[in-house]
Amino acid sequence: MKVIIDTDRCISAGQCVLAAPEVFDQRDEDGLVVLLNPSPPADVAVDVKQAATLCPALAITVED
Amino acid sequence: MLRRVVIVGASAAGLTAAEALRRRGYDGTLTLIGDEPYPPYDRPPLSKQILAGTWEQEKVVLRNNEALSELGADLLLGHTATGLDAAGRRVLLAGGGAVGYDALVIATGVTPRQLPGADLAGAHLLRTLDDALTLRAHLLDRPKVVVVGAGFLGAEVAAVAREMGLEVTLVDPLPVPMHRQFGERIGGVSLRLGTGVSRFIQAAGRVAAVELADGSVIDADLVVVAVGAAPATGWLTRSGLSLVDGVECDSRCQAASGIYAAGDVASWCNPHFGARMRLEHRMNATEQGIAVAGNLLGDDLAFAPVPFFWTDQYDTKIQAYGIFPPDAEFQIVSGDPGERRFAAAYGRHGTVTGVLGWNSPREVRRLRQLVVDRAPWTTLTTPSLVSPLAAR
Repeated sequence: MKVIIDTDRCISAGQCVLAAPEVFDQRDEDGLVVLLNPSPPADVAVDVKQAATLCPALAITVED
Repeated sequence: MLRRVVIVGASAAGLTAAEALRRRGYDGTLTLIGDEPYPPYDRPPLSKQILAGTWEQEKVVLRNNEALSELGADLLLGHTATGLDAAGRRVLLAGGGAVGYDALVIATGVTPRQLPGADLAGAHLLRTLDDALTLRAHLLDRPKVVVVGAGFLGAEVAAVAREMGLEVTLVDPLPVPMHRQFGERIGGVSLRLGTGVSRFIQAAGRVAAVELADGSVIDADLVVVAVGAAPATGWLTRSGLSLVDGVECDSRCQAASGIYAAGDVASWCNPHFGARMRLEHRMNATEQGIAVAGNLLGDDLAFAPVPFFWTDQYDTKIQAYGIFPPDAEFQIVSGDPGERRFAAAYGRHGTVTGVLGWNSPREVRRLRQLVVDRAPWTTLTTPSLVSPLAAR
């Protein structure tokens, strides 16, 4: 699984961190998404897909 | 047997419901009806990046063509639903057609409110992509701008116009909710708060000025009317559904047998707050679309989200979780409003109901847990309880 983020879209909602804290974090200064692991393991795949679905700014793309 | 699902409204809530149904294994027919000619697109960027011209129009598309075709849905774009025959389980379309369903999802969103006398050349509403592109084209002529309505939409439009270097006045009959923090001027926008608009003055069929209730007159080449929106339920008037403030649903987002609603148009009982609510928030469109799809497939689960919304104006990011009743208690939890970076809590009846972050996205996301936990208001007066949470 490969995760791609588009920080130009990110609105710092932090929904990704709530859904998959192992894979996403936010920058302290402006809350923009930080991708902790661009190739997360299979056991968090459901959480990562949930993060992509919930992101209100469509900033996360997941490729299998 | 569920074999035909019809979704009216092809924006975020409708599209999300359709995708969630497929993800959950629904393999019957799926019809998505949208009155705009465009494939599903996202609205929050319209009053921000699209209006400012920093994004190309293509970037607001919610799904590419490949993803849309994988959905296996009949996309009836540019088709307007004009009525609902609930007894016959049919959605009636403009032009005389009808689409039958076993289950219906109503996701028609909202329609911007118009002001009397604002039906003039030079006066604009902003809801659709076409509205945004038209407004941007006119802003490029460098008009003198009056924005009527200092809600989030009006404030965002004023911010964009101001950043384009235009002369902008923001008018609102009420003090804005965050007037204290905004002060007298927001980034160079003149504020005329506490004064409503009494009429639009025209010259040769175009708007020329706005007269306020106190008799003062503000010259304007262009007016943006951003005074809120009403649920788009006109087509349901004779459906038999209860339409008090949107489509009235139970906690399952169900309005009647086989009929559900999601997104801006849906009013439902949120058991987390023990309150009926209708939210015009982007996040809610996604979450409610998913919830409705699940209930339609038999989940029978109450929809009990902690609402989330945000607005970006100039270099300020405001983000909020929960609800913010007018009579709520208010307390700064961290940071300093003077430094334009803080987080605050709102509470009612001794319970935290909402948290708001002003340029503090990370902090407010952590504080969200207070709303999830329905934390006692007294939690906030015990620094040792808040600080570990805030620092986590």
